[in-house]
Amino acid sequence: MKAVEVKELVKDYGNFRAIKGISFEVSEGEIFGLIGPNGAGKTTALRVVATLLQITSGSVTVFDYELPKEAGEVRKIISYLPEEAGAYKNLTGKEYLNFIAKFFGEGEKFQSMVQRGLEIANLGERINDKVDTYSKGMTRLLLVGRALMVNPRLAILDEPTSGLDVVNAQEVRRIINSSVEAGAAVLLSSHNMLEVELLCHRIALINDGKIVASGTAAELKKEYDAGNIEEAFVKAIK
Amino acid sequence: MIGNIIKKEFKELFTLSTLLPIVVVALVFGFVGQMVGNVGETIEEKPVIGIADMDGGDFSDIAMSVLIEKAEVIYDGSDAEEGLKEVREENGVALLVIPENFSQNIYANHPGEIEIYWIMRGAGMLDSVSSGVAEGLIQSVNQEISKELIQQDNSLDPALVLAPTTRIETTFFKGKKVEGLSPSQLSSMLISQSVVMPVVVMMLIIMAGVAVISSMGLEKENKTLETLLTLPVRRSHIVIGKVVGSALVGVLMAAIYMIGFLYYMRSFQISDINLADFGLTLGMQDYLLVGISLFAALLAGLSLCIVLGTFAKNYRSAQALIFPITALAMISSFTIMFKDFDTIPAVLRVLLFAIPFSHPMMAVRALMLDNYPLVIGGIAYAAVFTVIMIAVAVRIFNSDRLLTGSVQKRVGLGKLGWGFRR
Repeated sequence: MKAVEVKELVKDYGNFRAIKGISFEVSEGEIFGLIGPNGAGKTTALRVVATLLQITSGSVTVFDYELPKEAGEVRKIISYLPEEAGAYKNLTGKEYLNFIAKFFGEGEKFQSMVQRGLEIANLGERINDKVDTYSKGMTRLLLVGRALMVNPRLAILDEPTSGLDVVNAQEVRRIINSSVEAGAAVLLSSHNMLEVELLCHRIALINDGKIVASGTAAELKKEYDAGNIEEAFVKAIK
Repeated sequence: MIGNIIKKEFKELFTLSTLLPIVVVALVFGFVGQMVGNVGETIEEKPVIGIADMDGGDFSDIAMSVLIEKAEVIYDGSDAEEGLKEVREENGVALLVIPENFSQNIYANHPGEIEIYWIMRGAGMLDSVSSGVAEGLIQSVNQEISKELIQQDNSLDPALVLAPTTRIETTFFKGKKVEGLSPSQLSSMLISQSVVMPVVVMMLIIMAGVAVISSMGLEKENKTLETLLTLPVRRSHIVIGKVVGSALVGVLMAAIYMIGFLYYMRSFQISDINLADFGLTLGMQDYLLVGISLFAALLAGLSLCIVLGTFAKNYRSAQALIFPITALAMISSFTIMFKDFDTIPAVLRVLLFAIPFSHPMMAVRALMLDNYPLVIGGIAYAAVFTVIMIAVAVRIFNSDRLLTGSVQKRVGLGKLGWGFRR
């Protein structure tokens, strides 16, 4: 069963066409990366899969659940981390994790989710402080913990390491990898070509609402005779 | 250079969100001003009365001449029943009955009794203005009789000369017969229903409304909305959760506010008169209906607020969006304080009924007068209004609108370069 199947997806904002008929698939246990410049359509694609935006045309299924018809079922098995996300400022980090975990389970399941969230966020004693007092990096760590603690079958991560320092970014990449080893699929977007090359099993290069190339990092570099993904991307959009 | 800065400041500050509150406040003032203007006309107009003179003596003649001069007399006869019927039909204020022996009693050093049958049509603060004008007529009658007494006989009791008549008053108010009180006295007794309830409901709606609209603005400003919308929870539950949560906050805030306000209002109440003595009291089922009406109105108001809240871009813009709610709450509150539902023009009556939170403001007074259809109709209307607004809110929550806002504007930004987020 495919984790995600996107076929000929078109998304319009009024008269503006943000996505112009893209297709891609994500398998179970796979990390699939969408890369491209600002405004290429990455976030829109992720938001559609995350049930936030309506589909203009085309089709999207998540573990065989069809969007938007079965959006409720999809929300039970996904976890979405927006690029510019925040947490409720009047809650402490732990209270925030509790709040989210309550939507996904009760009793022991709830407790283990929160415990996992605490471990991923790794904020020490500061987890008991109000979110309002957190730095940007601490908030991001909390949100990564929130997104991955629920053991989603599909994690949709928009710039997951945005705002994190090198050490924390590396730790987050390790956590994403371990989630996949546990059977989850990951659909992520990033500006950071190096990160994508390190993390993703397959990559789609997106520009101006269209996928211009896709494959493994090695395949793309070979296809465009490039030393790295960044070079491959530049050659692909020319 | 300075012109450039002034232009920028003006553009930044002179927006729809800053303009709207001023327009709303101006409209409310205009509305109240219009009502006060009508009061001025009422005071200047001659009161419409009927007179039934059963005496025919010297002093009743004096009274009659004063009344005919200063009032518009629509009945002048000797049959009280017929006079009362005429006054009712002709929208008169009162029937004054001068009984037999009126003049004889005064000659015998006893005050002459005047029976006054008031027709009270509303319990708003301005509804008893015309009866107040009519009360002034009795003062004029007293003055003229006093003059006559002084001219005729200097040996009379000074107390009688100063107050040659006494009043026996009966007020008919929407099917109830209240003996011993004039409309202005009755209106004073009902001040808690006329002022307290409208103010309580107004504060409740505004405070809870601010909470729910701000909550939407904060979700956007703190960038928590996207996460919330991808959680495994129905959109309708998010909407209802926000409405009920805000209602609780609003109730708490309004309760704190009202403790102070109730102490303030006590100074205006007549403490030694019990409304129950006049049949103006509420039973258990009435209190239950008031509670249901209040709850239904609160839900209706907050469901409207959440629809408005979806337009909020951030906390600041959310504050501006509360003004339509404030305006509607103020219009209902002021109207009900000053006038009764039955005494306002038909257009205003429709408007008042259409504003769901005006119903609990009217409920206590309406139930005292057994006007159950108005209260139950109001509850039903508020319930339907709530269902429609929640359905609209859920529809918006299911659409792109919450996240994308004004599409054309974003496309415009996109043309500028990388700023457009897709």
